[in-house]
Amino acid sequence: MKILVCMSVVPDTTTKITFTDNNTRFNTAGVQYIMNPYDELALTKALDIAEPAGGTATIIHVGPADSEPAIRKALSMGATDAVRINAEPLDAQFVAAQIADWAKDKAFDMILTGRESIDYNGGVVCPLIGAMLNIPSIQVITKLEVNAGTATIERDIDGGREIMTCTMPFAASAQKDLCEPRIPNMRGIMAARTKPLAVVEPVSVKTGVEYQSFELPQPKQGVRMISADAPEELIHLLRNEAKVI
Amino acid sequence: MSIFVFAESSDNQYKKSSFEAVSYAAEVAGKTGTTVTAVSIGKADNAAQLGEYGANTVISINGPAFDSFNSEIYAAAFAEVCKQGNASVAVISNTYCGKAMAGRVAVALNASLASNVVDYPDTSNGFLVKRGVFSGKAFAYVNLTSQVKVLALTPNSVEIKKNGSAAVVTSQSVAAVSSTCTVTGTNKITGKIPLTEAEVVVSAGRGMKGPENWNMVEELAEALGAATACSKPVSDMHWRPHSEHVGQTGITIKPNLYIAIGISGAIQHLAGVSSSKVIVVINKDAEAPFFKAADYGIVGDAFEVLPKLIQAAKSATAS
Ligand SMILES: Cc1cc2nc3c(=O)[nH]c(=O)nc-3n(C[C@H](O)[C@H](O)[C@H](O)COP(=O)(O)OP(=O)(O)OC[C@H]3O[C@@H](n4cnc5c(N)ncnc54)[C@H](O)[C@@H]3O)c2cc1C
Ligand SMILES: Nc1ncnc2c1ncn2[C@@H]1O[C@H](COP(=O)(O)O)[C@@H](O)[C@H]1O
Repeated sequence: MKILVCMSVVPDTTTKITFTDNNTRFNTAGVQYIMNPYDELALTKALDIAEPAGGTATIIHVGPADSEPAIRKALSMGATDAVRINAEPLDAQFVAAQIADWAKDKAFDMILTGRESIDYNGGVVCPLIGAMLNIPSIQVITKLEVNAGTATIERDIDGGREIMTCTMPFAASAQKDLCEPRIPNMRGIMAARTKPLAVVEPVSVKTGVEYQSFELPQPKQGVRMISADAPEELIHLLRNEAKVI
Repeated sequence: MSIFVFAESSDNQYKKSSFEAVSYAAEVAGKTGTTVTAVSIGKADNAAQLGEYGANTVISINGPAFDSFNSEIYAAAFAEVCKQGNASVAVISNTYCGKAMAGRVAVALNASLASNVVDYPDTSNGFLVKRGVFSGKAFAYVNLTSQVKVLALTPNSVEIKKNGSAAVVTSQSVAAVSSTCTVTGTNKITGKIPLTEAEVVVSAGRGMKGPENWNMVEELAEALGAATACSKPVSDMHWRPHSEHVGQTGITIKPNLYIAIGISGAIQHLAGVSSSKVIVVINKDAEAPFFKAADYGIVGDAFEVLPKLIQAAKSATAS
């Protein structure tokens, strides 16, 4: 069993988002970077499947050297080895093309991603990789079991869940409920120091997506307080002033 | 050349987000001087109605392979008709199914892709689209430079415009690609409004004290025709299912109205809901940070406010 887990490195969830250079660049000053929470689920699931089968779970990340602490965290959770593609992750299509190109001749049984990265939230790296490698891509999975080469998968759909079977190889993206994320223990942290981390140079890819500028949401005009004794006033305002009900 | 739009359906009915996507495509077509072709895949009633939202032509693709959603099969079929019709822009809803297709469609069409799109493109100088990033904490403007563009449009981002008339529906036979995935069952939550598409969402947090008190939350939601949501600790403690958890590590939503009851308003929670048009906060603590992000607020005990609010909502919606 050979599993590839794609990891993005994202600003910590408490980060206050700001921009610099006339709103053209994300302000990284003082920002703490972490392993994308959904990718922790993807890795945990990969380990749960690979370990009993004597298989491997390889971490792949497209990003600069600054990401290495997060990669070490993934290794300390139990990943067998890691690959870093040495490039700025410009957009989802660029990232997927790098991963697909690296993985294409390595016969992975499964490629797992997170449901979305909590920074650029494309939620599209999984189907992009699937299409590029011409394998199925199953989004937002909440259950994954492998039995004799066939996976049984449950995935979220709008307003419910779908159950499917799929033969390997395939790509899938991890959603909450898939598992509880593993927390690295002391042994894992020690072991991670000596696990292989390969750095690979990117292939040239043109995606036709250029980030031009950023904008923060309009601040609220201020809150209008309503007495707790008169909730009917709230209903009235929602109907006649805000016109949302 | 034409703008192609995928009309997603569920249980034979087009989703509201599909009407938004068609309206959106019509607006873009108007600006760029082209037409709209809506593509319906699988069983759906009354494909001709897509014309009322601005589709000039409707293509319907049917057959046993299309009876249940498979992103590979659907994306390949949609991409196929886009290619045949020389599509310049393909619009898909940013729903779970839509997003699962969008990436594959972009690869098949060798197109630039933008998901989470929240507004019309600016075509005055290139093709600039606005998309949500950082779980709703910010927006990015991206220029799509490939000949073909694929856009996944966030539900509730644009208004539905119904000013056309029924369109002619052409059935087109498209060979389904083979897939090694088979859907063996579905588990639909029936009678409930899917959270991602709901116009009104009633959400509650740890302030509700326990799962046994959610009947009030549900009653208010029902009176307002709303979906229910919750904060992360509430789903972590299994008071409510994970599918209701909104926020940075949950679902990002964009309803017209978000009512937050007993939720403090932590930054990770706000991330997922701050794009809501109108936010109402009910909290017994006047200092709760959520009030800063609210349009309307009530300082009060949920257990006292809710029964009155439910009453008021019921009598208002009854009239
Ligand atoms: C990595 C990370 C990711 C996270 N992601 C998310 C996320 O996606 N979504 C999310 O929601 N959170 C997320 N959180 C958690 C977040 O930081 C907060 O802890 C959480 O949102 C708090 O939930 P709450 O408001 O329900 O509970 P509390 O913070 O406990 O707030 C309860 C509120 O209820 C009020 N209250 C109590 N009793 C009553 C009453 N009787 N009537 C009225 N009001 C009452 C209190 O005044 C208080 O404001 C994340 C945290 C981390 C560290
Ligand atoms: N720079 C990256 N390197 C490796 N994997 C990534 C990267 N960015 C995103 N991914 C993977 O793709 C998933 C979805 O990301 P996105 O499509 O950006 O929301 C993430 O959860 C990761 O598993």
